[in-house]
Amino acid sequence: MADLGVRCAGVALRNPFLLASGIWGESGDSLAGAWAAGAGGVITKSIGAVPRPGYPNPTVETYERWGLLNAMGLPNPGIEEYPREIKSAQNAGATVIGSVFAGDANEFARLARRMEETGVVAIELNLSCPHAEGFGTEVGSDPDDVERIVQAVVDKVKVPVIAKITPNTSDPAGLAAAAEHGGAAAVSAINTLRALAIDVRLRRPVLSHGLGGLSGSAIKPVGLACVWQIYEAVSIPVIGVGGIMRAEDALEYVMAGARALEVGTAVAFEGIRVFARLTHDLSSLLDELGYDRVEDAVGAAHTRP
Amino acid sequence: MRTIVRVTDRVEETPSTVTLRFPFDAPCEPGQFVMVWIPGDDELPMSLSYTAARSKGITVKVMGDTSRRVQAIDAGVLLGIRGPYGNRFDLSPRRVLVVAGGSGAAVLAPAVEAGVAGGMVAVVALGATRARELLFKDRFRGMGARVVVATDDGSEGLHGYVTPLAERLLASTAFDAVWTCGPEVMMRKVVDLAGTHRVPVFCSMERHMKCGLGMCDACAFGPYHVCVDGPVFSADRLKEVPDFGTFHRDPTGRRVSF
Repeated sequence: MADLGVRCAGVALRNPFLLASGIWGESGDSLAGAWAAGAGGVITKSIGAVPRPGYPNPTVETYERWGLLNAMGLPNPGIEEYPREIKSAQNAGATVIGSVFAGDANEFARLARRMEETGVVAIELNLSCPHAEGFGTEVGSDPDDVERIVQAVVDKVKVPVIAKITPNTSDPAGLAAAAEHGGAAAVSAINTLRALAIDVRLRRPVLSHGLGGLSGSAIKPVGLACVWQIYEAVSIPVIGVGGIMRAEDALEYVMAGARALEVGTAVAFEGIRVFARLTHDLSSLLDELGYDRVEDAVGAAHTRP
Repeated sequence: MRTIVRVTDRVEETPSTVTLRFPFDAPCEPGQFVMVWIPGDDELPMSLSYTAARSKGITVKVMGDTSRRVQAIDAGVLLGIRGPYGNRFDLSPRRVLVVAGGSGAAVLAPAVEAGVAGGMVAVVALGATRARELLFKDRFRGMGARVVVATDDGSEGLHGYVTPLAERLLASTAFDAVWTCGPEVMMRKVVDLAGTHRVPVFCSMERHMKCGLGMCDACAFGPYHVCVDGPVFSADRLKEVPDFGTFHRDPTGRRVSF
């Protein structure tokens, strides 16, 4: 059976499938459960400086099994309360990556430092969050902001820093390059796509917040395009995210340039057992295609000189 | 994903609870819940209190923030319904003690109805703050269940909580199962009582919910999620949940003690 172990951003992972941030991440028991179910690592809920209840419901809409729209509003218990959940997951043996979000570079750096103290193996920066000043666009939509934030964080912590890239831009590769310039150890792409659902009988958006983020199978082609372009633009590892439901989807991302992967929406449609299925099926698929290790397939679809 | 329905009936069951009936065809098992969208307001998990083929019902406590808004819902109002979600009560036990605290009676009613229709013997220990708050007392009797009541103020039945009533019944009658729903601290006591008498017990749990799909973790409950692994939990599972009767989580995810 093909070897699924990967090394990404200085972290050794038993398999490339990370539990994506925002899924099963509110409680340490759930993070531990995802690890026990076979995830290669777990990424926490995005944690901020203060507790946030998030937006009122409705916060989720599904499109059969091909898409999911969410506007949760970054609910989280805040950096003071959350470490106990991380500890509980670590006690269960989980490899935990901490996700943080903030409105500006200084706050990102402070939060990252607090997150590092919990013993997480890496920190993922959720850049798809609003500006502190309330500009209405995502913090991570401007390359200068991205570089500034990443630099501020990297200056403050020793653990590897992963920048999660938004797809709501015309230049994801530029954002990734900015993250690399700022010192990121890796980039993950993509976060959710800005999207909307309207109920025609009620004549209003379905989600209480109106606009939300689209995830699931529908966004896989967009995620793949971003990973493809980012892989060509940076030397740091790329973590592929967006619509991974089956092993073939995972290998598409790997061949596009991803060294590791994140799985989120699949858990809503398949349950946590999706991790066991993905690892089993990816191994079989790699065997079928003649790969001894998943790492050998990274970027295989690119024509390299 | 959601069905938009028009409320057909509004029934004031007690001074603090209201039943809303609406057309909804999806088969719903006793114990299951739906996510109810009050447009412009909120979307909340509510157990179905009526599970008839074409017409379903929810029975809502009218107190606190959201419930004040539910108070304003009359026949003709549009609601968004998604589901049903969750698991159901196992209807195979032949003799069941049903321990209902306050609005918990609404959750248990469809299970008692279906159980009795299938030949089950049901004894309902019904508790409330006062006589007028005894929810579905007549409905349970109409189903053919024996109903014994307890009120905090002694205005009807035993003067006290429903748990001592349940204890008496467990001591004097052989039951195959206990079903319970009500304040969590009450359910915790019922689980202990049932354990002492070695009777399997099933609780219908409640937690804050957002997605209802087992993804967002808002309803994380030990190693489980109330929306997909519950809301009905057996004592065996509850043993694995340190949260049970101890803490729940608020919308931020912070732990809050009972």
